[in-house]
Amino acid sequence: MSRALARPYLLLSPAILSLSLLMVAPVVFVLAYSFWLRTAEGLDVPAFQFGNWANFFSDEFYWLALYSTFKTALITTAVCIVLGYPTAYFLARAEIKNRGLLLFLMFLPFWVSYIIRTMSWINVLGKNGFVNAVLMGIGITDEPFKLLYNDFSVIMGLVYFQLPYMIINVYVSLDGIDRNLESAARVLGCTPWQSFREVTLPLSLPGLGAGSLLCFVLAAGSYVTPRLLGGTDTLFFPDLIYEAIISQLDWPFGAVLSVVMLVALGLVIAVYNRFMSLSDVYRSFAR
Amino acid sequence: MSSVELKKVEKHFSGGVVAVDAIDLDVPDGAFVTLLGPSGCGKTTTLRMVAGLETPTGGEIRIKGQRVNETPIHQRNLGMVFQNYALFPHKSIFDNVAFGLKYRKVSKSDIAARVKQALDIVRLPGVEERFPTQLSGGQQQRIALARALVIEPDVLLLDEPLSALDANLREEMRGEIKAIQQRIGVTAIFVTHDQGEALAMSDLVVVMNKGRIEQRGAPAEVYEHPRSEFVANFLGNANFVSGTVAAVNGKRVSVVLADGARIDVADSARAVEMGEAVNVIVRAEKIELGGGGLAGTIAAVDYLGSTARYDVTLAGGQKVTALATIRDGARRVGEAVSLAIAAEHCRIL
Ligand SMILES: Nc1ncnc2c1ncn2[C@@H]1O[C@H](COP(=O)(O)OP(=O)(O)OP(=O)(O)O)[C@@H](O)[C@H]1O
Ligand SMILES: [Mg+2]
Repeated sequence: MSRALARPYLLLSPAILSLSLLMVAPVVFVLAYSFWLRTAEGLDVPAFQFGNWANFFSDEFYWLALYSTFKTALITTAVCIVLGYPTAYFLARAEIKNRGLLLFLMFLPFWVSYIIRTMSWINVLGKNGFVNAVLMGIGITDEPFKLLYNDFSVIMGLVYFQLPYMIINVYVSLDGIDRNLESAARVLGCTPWQSFREVTLPLSLPGLGAGSLLCFVLAAGSYVTPRLLGGTDTLFFPDLIYEAIISQLDWPFGAVLSVVMLVALGLVIAVYNRFMSLSDVYRSFAR
Repeated sequence: MSSVELKKVEKHFSGGVVAVDAIDLDVPDGAFVTLLGPSGCGKTTTLRMVAGLETPTGGEIRIKGQRVNETPIHQRNLGMVFQNYALFPHKSIFDNVAFGLKYRKVSKSDIAARVKQALDIVRLPGVEERFPTQLSGGQQQRIALARALVIEPDVLLLDEPLSALDANLREEMRGEIKAIQQRIGVTAIFVTHDQGEALAMSDLVVVMNKGRIEQRGAPAEVYEHPRSEFVANFLGNANFVSGTVAAVNGKRVSVVLADGARIDVADSARAVEMGEAVNVIVRAEKIELGGGGLAGTIAAVDYLGSTARYDVTLAGGQKVTALATIRDGARRVGEAVSLAIAAEHCRIL
């Protein structure tokens, strides 16, 4: 290899090295683990057999868990879009002086530990929590609503955590749109709503797409929120991985679940890439 | 008939910025009117108020005789060309040009025919399938023009459409825009801070300064007879030579400089008195080198090819700039010259 050809690889070597050590190697190990044998005595011994995989594929429960996880992630993403897009639009377009301050405030909660922020929802949604206290105080209900430890509280917690990511992604892409494009559309005969649909929305899709992907992947992979805010019947895939590896010490099966999760999310990203790859997004909308 | 009328139109922005200060303007039907002025003088704001993109804080705007202050942007039927083209990057050239027609309920087959015609007019046939980024800057600006013209607007608004182009292309495009405007007969309001563009293209030049109109008139009139020092200065290289009035004969005035030299002014714009200190305004290209009454020394030479710009220090210490055609080589720094200034080219404001 000539020097000129070697140069990019040389420059990339720190990234390649750290990525292979910290990302690729562990994944390879996990994949290898998934073929190990768990003995009746509870020992994990090296082997190459498909028993763990067979167990996974034959048990509907895990598919149900995967489905329920993706469903929750999808709802979370949808709620984030509905709440996040208008907020981002306001931040990008309103004539406000303290845009920077508002953006800063949005990320301020990130200075507090994620676990503490999640647990504080218990005080808000719980039986004696803030919401129920207010509702009972003004006489809307006598019995406290069951707001906590169900899918609602899980989605609530996930939305709360992920919303800023959605907002910032959409904000950045809205902010990058030349305002003259909207003016041009208006002068050519568009109402404000039509110009939004024709120009602003399509041109902000890359940000909306990136924010949605991020939301979905983070939500599907989250573990703390469902565990703290979910109920006994909450079925969340990352939680099952924790159960298998930490509680049951069944590393081979935990590895199977991890690989399934990785592949499932990988598929989502691949599908996203197929339809939303940044360079294509403009063109796909021109049709 | 007036196509666009502004009556005491003003625009105050929050924070006490007066962008446009009670201006009156009549744009005759089919005319090419240029708003000319330095950066920040309110040209864009004026144009955007006509388009409806900015709401006037006072005054009245009429288009074709109708008050439009309350008419929403999309109902004004105007064409607008932006400095940065503002083509929709996610739409093909066809969809860009067809955009305005789509919102005017034109049938599909008519749209196709009119887009084709518009692209022919801007001499870019056959680019319908391409995307804006696949065109050069000049081509994009032609498409922007086609997009604005295809809807047959009542008025064509152009906000520094040439300033993003390089010099050669700019001159080519300015001829072309003017030719297209004349062929179609559309009323045009053109914003620029380039005096060359303004003089070359306009039927009417409106010189703006600090949100007000300084002067308006045909290009030659504004250039030859500036009514304020600002206009004289902004439109080309004006010299201001200070002296004292030594003789007054009607509009004919003689001014004596500090060194005793005399300049005659044929047509003073105002009445002056004997002994009054005045500035005589004379353009650089009206000063002839050689064979005149003023003595001076060449202090600097700017060689421009066919012409040269000379900074000349007069005997009394004042500096003037002269623009002269080069015949047998440019003059040199330090050379003594005599300057001739014809009385009809001098003005007192
Ligand atoms: N949205 C706004 N808010 C506050 N002030 C503004 C706004 N838009 C313009 N201005 C101010 O109004 C004045 C006129 O601006 P305008 O854009 O009309 O100038 P212009 O003549 O087009 O200048 P240029 O040649 O630089 O484009 C400027 O002082 C500008 O700072
Ligand atoms: Mg401007």
